[in-house]
Amino acid sequence: MCLSVPAKIESIEKDMAVCSVGGATYRASLLMLDIDDLKIGDFVLLHTGFAIQKISKEDAEETLKLFDEFEDFNEILDEEERISGRRIV
Amino acid sequence: MKYIDEYRDKEKILSLAAQIKKTSTKKIRLMEVCGGHTMAIQRFGIPDLLPETVELVSGPGCPVCVTSRSYIDKAIAYSKLPNVIITTYGDLIRVPGSTSSLDKEKARGANIRIVYSVLDALKIAQDNPDKKVIFLGIGFETTAPGSAAGIMKAQMAGLFNFSVFSAHKIMPPPMAALIDEGVNIQGYIGPGHVSTITGSHIFDFIPQKYGLGVVVSGFEPLDLMQSIYMLGKQFETNKPSVEIQYSRAVKPEGNAKAKEIMDEVFCLRDDWWRGLGILENSGLGINDNYADFDAEKIFDVAVEPLKEDKGCICGIILKGIAKPTECKLFGKACTPSEPVGACMVSNEGACAAYYKYNRE
Ligand code: SF4
Repeated sequence: MCLSVPAKIESIEKDMAVCSVGGATYRASLLMLDIDDLKIGDFVLLHTGFAIQKISKEDAEETLKLFDEFEDFNEILDEEERISGRRIV
Repeated sequence: MKYIDEYRDKEKILSLAAQIKKTSTKKIRLMEVCGGHTMAIQRFGIPDLLPETVELVSGPGCPVCVTSRSYIDKAIAYSKLPNVIITTYGDLIRVPGSTSSLDKEKARGANIRIVYSVLDALKIAQDNPDKKVIFLGIGFETTAPGSAAGIMKAQMAGLFNFSVFSAHKIMPPPMAALIDEGVNIQGYIGPGHVSTITGSHIFDFIPQKYGLGVVVSGFEPLDLMQSIYMLGKQFETNKPSVEIQYSRAVKPEGNAKAKEIMDEVFCLRDDWWRGLGILENSGLGINDNYADFDAEKIFDVAVEPLKEDKGCICGIILKGIAKPTECKLFGKACTPSEPVGACMVSNEGACAAYYKYNRE
């Protein structure tokens, strides 16, 4: 019940949307969001029949970029540790 | 972008794990408040990826688990009234009451229907004008706006055969109560979906008053690992604050519209939490303007005397004091098919999560 899943908006009619999650589609009320701000293809968090938040693509990409940086940073640290033979952080 | 697979990249998870290991020098115990996080942590085997210095404990964020037995007992009493249809999320149906469960009553012929959304319950009320439809409203700030919206819709449509039996609760009071009780934790993995509605500001008092960090986290393994890393960093540098890891869905100010809907219908009241007892202003009752849709005001029922199960230690598990595996009944007398306590029923319950993903 607590679960909220990222769902893609397939169509919008008044304050309801049809959203897809994987292969399944669900009807979602858009009552809690600013409908003017939503378009087909956007992702929303779906929770017990309501879209409770629009998922921000920019912020999602930002987080993913951060993960890449972690990976790079990690490799640099590993390399330095290998060379110096001691724990750095 | 599907917002799921991207956050399950194994290489990246391992590199974050290495990062946490490298930067963690002091012992730290972190509580994941939300039951959804408990589930994800067990499912993805996160504890196995963490160094010995980092320990995770589950918290009070599973609505089914913290709800009192007397709530179930009362719902059962409602189900025995003539011409009543009980509508409920599936999670509640198998939760043991004092002597029965909604499931058992349903098998005995009570009109109890599982719905996915309050909107389905409204539809049932519309289709059955000669019946009274009671919706069992449980859940935290993520779910409460939905129940509130349901009540507002019912009022607008003049659906006076629809009502809500509210056990909705809010998250900050138990988070404060746990620290007040002296539970040994150094930071909170903040509830991601509660925060989509409330925003992260509601946790500001935690670093301010208690000096503990809160990182509002997403639910994928990379989200959780990153949140753990962020909390570790706060702790190591002694700079507790509220941060949002789950920035793709959570804004500091939350969802204004949903909060408005919730405030329109509900009012704060004292409420009982399993493990924590009665906490001031921690529950959401339906306010007087919507009394016509408040099951507790409409129906008068005699409820059987409360009988708690003695062996069940759900209460201290919800406070992060014990792990499910420390319960004598775990996996023996208590399993998901024969649950003794609520923590074994709900998908988000710590006992169910441990049972499902963690049995050696
Ligand atoms: S294993 Fe069962 S009896 Fe033990 S604490 Fe969990 S729910 Fe309660």
